[in-house]
Amino acid sequence: MSIAAAEPAAPARSIDPAHVFWVLAAVVTAAVVMLPVEALPAWAWKYPAAWQLPFAAWISSFTKWLMDSASFGLFTVRDLTRAISWLLDQPLSLARAVFATGFVLGQGSDAVTVFPAIPWFSMVIAATAAGYAVGGRRLALGMAAGLLYLAVFGQWTSAMVTLASVLVSSVLGSIGGLLIGLACVRWRWLERAVSPFLDIAQTMPVFAYLLPMLILFGFGPVSAMVATVIYALPPMVRVTILAIRAVPEEIEALGRMTGCTRRQITWKMLVPTALPALMVGVNQVIMLSLNVVIIASMIGAGGLGWDVLTALRSLNIGKGLEAGIAITVLAILLDRFAQALALRAGEVEAQATRRRRKTIVSVALAVAAALWLATALLPAIAPYPEAWKLSTAPYWGQLVSWINLTFFSTLEAIRTAVLLNVLVPVKRFMLALPWPWVVFLVTAVGFRFGGWRLALTVGLMAAFPAVVGLWPATMITVYLCGVAVIIAALIGVPIGIVSAGRPRLWRAIEIVIDTLQTLPTFVYLIPIVMLFRVGDFTALIAIVLYAVAPAIRYTAHGVSRIAPELIEAGVMTGCTKRQILTRIRLPLATPEILLGINQTILLALSMLVITALVGTRDLGQETYSALAKADVGRGVVAGIAVAFIGMIADRLVSAAAAGMKARRGQIQ
Amino acid sequence: MSGPVLACRGVAKLYGSGLARFVKDGRLAAEPERLAADGVTAAVRDVDLDIVRGETFVIMGLSGSGKSTLVRCLSGLIEPTAGEVLFEGRDLSKIGERELIQIRRQQMGMVFQNFALLPHLTVLGNVAFPLGIQGRPKAERDARAREMITLVGLGGREGRFPRELSGGQQQRVGIARSLAVGPDVWFLDEPFSALDPLIRREMQDEVLRLQGMLKKTIVFITHDFDEAVRLADRVAIMKDGRIEQIGTAEELVLAPATDYVRSFTRDAPRAKILTARSVMRPADGEDYAGHVPAATRIAAFAHDVEASPRPFAVVEDDKVIGTIDRVAMIDVLVGRELKAAR
Repeated sequence: MSIAAAEPAAPARSIDPAHVFWVLAAVVTAAVVMLPVEALPAWAWKYPAAWQLPFAAWISSFTKWLMDSASFGLFTVRDLTRAISWLLDQPLSLARAVFATGFVLGQGSDAVTVFPAIPWFSMVIAATAAGYAVGGRRLALGMAAGLLYLAVFGQWTSAMVTLASVLVSSVLGSIGGLLIGLACVRWRWLERAVSPFLDIAQTMPVFAYLLPMLILFGFGPVSAMVATVIYALPPMVRVTILAIRAVPEEIEALGRMTGCTRRQITWKMLVPTALPALMVGVNQVIMLSLNVVIIASMIGAGGLGWDVLTALRSLNIGKGLEAGIAITVLAILLDRFAQALALRAGEVEAQATRRRRKTIVSVALAVAAALWLATALLPAIAPYPEAWKLSTAPYWGQLVSWINLTFFSTLEAIRTAVLLNVLVPVKRFMLALPWPWVVFLVTAVGFRFGGWRLALTVGLMAAFPAVVGLWPATMITVYLCGVAVIIAALIGVPIGIVSAGRPRLWRAIEIVIDTLQTLPTFVYLIPIVMLFRVGDFTALIAIVLYAVAPAIRYTAHGVSRIAPELIEAGVMTGCTKRQILTRIRLPLATPEILLGINQTILLALSMLVITALVGTRDLGQETYSALAKADVGRGVVAGIAVAFIGMIADRLVSAAAAGMKARRGQIQ
Repeated sequence: MSGPVLACRGVAKLYGSGLARFVKDGRLAAEPERLAADGVTAAVRDVDLDIVRGETFVIMGLSGSGKSTLVRCLSGLIEPTAGEVLFEGRDLSKIGERELIQIRRQQMGMVFQNFALLPHLTVLGNVAFPLGIQGRPKAERDARAREMITLVGLGGREGRFPRELSGGQQQRVGIARSLAVGPDVWFLDEPFSALDPLIRREMQDEVLRLQGMLKKTIVFITHDFDEAVRLADRVAIMKDGRIEQIGTAEELVLAPATDYVRSFTRDAPRAKILTARSVMRPADGEDYAGHVPAATRIAAFAHDVEASPRPFAVVEDDKVIGTIDRVAMIDVLVGRELKAAR
């Protein structure tokens, strides 16, 4: 059809066929967009409703059948899920009782507190001691300051509810991930079977599986926890597989030579040897858990996430910000604690220091326990005194009003300029593309990078949104995500290049991006909504901020990791600094940079879904509103569509990077 | 002494897919060209050898020659594709897993190229590890481990962690650990390849010292011909998965079976390898400046012979069986073709 239009563009002189492919693709795409409506049959512009497969309805009726009538004979599916729910509730209730609610007998107004929750002062002392035990004085100070902040700003109870959920989910996620990972190492077929589920679980937006959880386990903390564990577990599985495989083969040979059984080899040799790497996985589990627990507030996890959500809904910026900062504080505390734990796993210290540390820690813990007991006898001393509380919420409100009054025209001008000049044209362009061409293009790129298998996989995934009737929403998602990724790359790659090889600058930047990555996605929205109100522009800024970190990190890593001989060779051939950058460093770092962009895309997608809260019109909104209406099918299908976008990007970029590395013999 | 401790009969180890079709009656039944054409690599093939009790048997080859695969077949870590590995006359692949575990626990010890120390255990914990696996009581295993640590000269460092030790010290820990169970057969898989040359020499002396005391059957893997010659009673030279020649260092130098073996022996320190017997000429009743036993290595008496204008007598069982003079010495040292036949 439109190939003819592109033929004049085919260059006459001989150049790299790779370039021909891309030039051709771009030209044809431009031509297709400009085609008059009559040039193509109607079904190419808009996927006909008659051809749609009612996946959403199928899923909905399947879950309905599952919950209402499916039965294993002796008991129904509902009984089973409720039993699992009860089982999972036990550790969670215990943790909540310890940290937040106290042990309570009876319900409602008859409730009698049998034993109180840990009072704030005991918690501060115990956490400080724990911080000292794993990370020394600095971490201890950090723990104390962070927890005091929570108490002073009146976030204590919510924070403890969140903490209890995070702790239980992290323990379950880490142990579950470790066991699955070990099983995958042992049986390769299991790894092959599990791998696609891990991909989907990681790329599917959290919103999408809150809903099935809700149906299976009912509204409440348990559903939230199951969703959290499912989301946080895949990285642990991956890390476990990698870490155990990275244990030198000799260690396993040693195990067999000393006559270890398989179990002994696994638990006495492989796991301890891989412990430092495994702790990195645990750290990830904790951070992801926190992130999801916040989102899962929507289905009853409660805690800080709920506070932010209600504040966002009522546009009470001050309150939202305070709760948001509390989340941040909690995130940083947990992250630093988990990092110190990971670091310690590989560290050795002298016996004397170890003993002294042990004494200090046990004394502190004893004091904390004694104080806790004291509150059981004297309940009056337990709560944090109202008079000592501070709140900055009103000031934030005033600040926002002031900024809006003073800078309204400036902010509005920026917003409108970006909207009119970037966002709207790109959006129109994406929506104007006929879906068959997009599917074809994705397939062709897949073929170029990875042959038939990849072409088929990505092609089918690209066709999915059209088939289920979500094409426009998908294109809006791609446009928002695409613009955000391009901006993130334009910001991130130069920063990465500049900071590589400048350790001082890098350390400063690392702190910034570490913090950006530690913050739960929710928190990003608050200040941006304050300044730019709801809409695509707000979403864009939030996505860019969240997704820029990997672009910086991978670029810096890729650029600084190049073998020094190559740089020396460049210097000796008389390269200028700029030439060393453009001729040596950048080309060699390209695969690494591509992987960074890949991560950026995935993060952008996960943030994008959250931005549904500020009123975008994309797949995120689909899942979010499906959640509100408890429409399982619609939510899951939209979620799968988002997951597919992520997986297409991931497969294509990874294949491109791998191809590049293989051609250069840089296979790791 | 009855039979060899370890023996290989037609052992082959292939890697690739669809290996079964190359094996007939437990033997490798395919030419190398066919294997290569089918994308199968033969890490080891057609290996026959006997290792007798108390000897130090060195398997020498360059990287990729299959020596590591062979030692893993010998220790039962991997099962050969074809042929059999006999440990005290029994086929390792026919012994059940349970019994194999017992054999490894009681009768085998292994030292690894990259030490394979467990990073989360102290020196003491690492050395005591194999004993712990056997479920020995703590007091006993600690005592035994301490004894081993002292034996390898690391006394006083029991509480250190592996990363606090130098490479040579780490390998001493590896040696102590492999000896802790009192094995009959001691496998050392390129144990000193990761160490500096000076430390390597020191560690070779250590092995010689320990072997002098303990009299184990040693299977030692190396890529270093000088190391092989220093330690070995017998050397097997491997190339492309095959054994080129097995013999004492002297046999390899005097009668290399292939050009490949010759290429190693050409620059070997002959004075330290050859004995008086292999350099002597027939005795012809001259008057002698002195006498040397026939089994003595040349380096031991080279100085005396060179200093004397008259030849020395080579004696065995108090009889003169030949004579050796300056010219013969110099022939040896400059590596001229040896006239003396054996």
